[in-house]
Amino acid sequence: MKQVTRILEGVGSVVQLMMRSLSYTATLPAQGARFIEQCYLIGYTTLPIVAILSFFIGTVLALEAGYAMQDFGAKEFIGSLVGLSMARELGPMMTSVLLAGRVGSAIAAELASMKVYQEIDALTTMNISPAKILVLPRLAAVLVMMPVLIIIANIVGWFGGSVVARYVSYVGIGPEAYFAALRHYTKFKDVINGMEKAEVFGFVVVLVCCDIGLNTKGGPREIGAAVTRAVVVSLILILVLDYFVTKILL
Amino acid sequence: MALSCSKTRNPFTGVEANAVGVKLEKLCKSFDDTEVLKGVSFEVEPGEIFVLMGPSGSGKSVLLRHIAGLELPNSGKVTVDGKDPSLEATRDAVRIALVFQAGALFNSLSVYDNLALYPREHRSGNDKDIDRKVMHALQILSVEDAAKKFPSELSGGMKKRVSIARALVMEPQLLLYDEPTSELDPVMGATISEIIATLKNEYSVTSLVVTHDRSLALTISNRVGILMDGELISLGTPADLTKSKDPRIVDFLNPKIDIEHPRFKKLETKEAAK
Repeated sequence: MKQVTRILEGVGSVVQLMMRSLSYTATLPAQGARFIEQCYLIGYTTLPIVAILSFFIGTVLALEAGYAMQDFGAKEFIGSLVGLSMARELGPMMTSVLLAGRVGSAIAAELASMKVYQEIDALTTMNISPAKILVLPRLAAVLVMMPVLIIIANIVGWFGGSVVARYVSYVGIGPEAYFAALRHYTKFKDVINGMEKAEVFGFVVVLVCCDIGLNTKGGPREIGAAVTRAVVVSLILILVLDYFVTKILL
Repeated sequence: MALSCSKTRNPFTGVEANAVGVKLEKLCKSFDDTEVLKGVSFEVEPGEIFVLMGPSGSGKSVLLRHIAGLELPNSGKVTVDGKDPSLEATRDAVRIALVFQAGALFNSLSVYDNLALYPREHRSGNDKDIDRKVMHALQILSVEDAAKKFPSELSGGMKKRVSIARALVMEPQLLLYDEPTSELDPVMGATISEIIATLKNEYSVTSLVVTHDRSLALTISNRVGILMDGELISLGTPADLTKSKDPRIVDFLNPKIDIEHPRFKKLETKEAAK
């Protein structure tokens, strides 16, 4: 019962933080520098790791698909499998997982440290809302940067698949055939659906990590605990939301 | 006390505003099963320096956080200028600044940006006005050379002074200090005391100072309250306090180390056994 109460309290706190932050949306143009700084942190610094991960996801997909499909002569569909898997599922999910691990943990650590060292209290006494200057720019930045990250993740993943399809002997599909199948079966709508998923995941990850950071209580030891909690909760939420968002989008 | 019609004078523009008073009525606060404040009541007159003393863990900082609107009481009432300080509307109407014990400076911002944050967010003036205010506040506290530094590059005393400067930029009507002289050497402690007195004399800001520092309390305050175990056991002028015959106050103000005390004897025995 205590666990259920805690979960409900957590949900309430996150919803309240979201409402408070969104109520300051009109102030966003005046917070240009903060927004750009967050775009840099969420987008630019995450990009290399997203690219590396996506490349290898593409290669593994092509490798596994080529191995399974060679027995019944369906190797020419590898492009469609990699294309659809990356666009609809693996691109958005793995990018969100990376976001939780890299950006979410950093957000939770920064805000938890600000809470523990009374910087959040200082903001409150100055009548400056933490939701306005700490949460809103991050939410706006993640909404702008997630589609960019997804597009790059998809392109690099597709390219990774094509490399394996071309150079692994038991697959042996040329780039023309690979990309022809990919183009034929992967529709624009699939890419958009993946982006919509990523927007939801990214928004929730940033919001939850901000909430956990801002609600940290105790001493410096709690900063580490807050980071762990933020990453674990984010990963669970990504997987749970994945089912429901996919169901809605299908 | 003839302070009730006092006016605060803006340190930057010289414009006068009403100084605000603070009123606490039967304030009670508990954390889990620990009762921290047990029905504390007193008033701080507009424009006065009120010092709250007491041993560690007596609830002084918690009380200060209630006045700053950072904590909500279990029962009782805190009002600043007749309004609840925990409400955003009150903080809009009454400028309350708190100088935190550890400074609570924003570590990711330079000293200049720490001070400029409040006027920028509240759009009080253009960039030129803000620059003038920030530099003036830094000059008052003699830390203008630190403007470009980050908090991690400052000494404890400088952090305290920057923290007071940041509070000053808010043009406060009520200035709360949490242990402003702790962790400072006696010279720096005396400097901070002088600054608090100057701010009061020059700008008539209502000041509430929580401290262990006996000399600060007795030299610059208009009135002193003693908080012990969450209860206000004494309230009066510094002269009243020094004349007090209450053994708890006498012991607190003039602590004596009794080397014949059994706890020291125990230590000696342990040393001998070693």
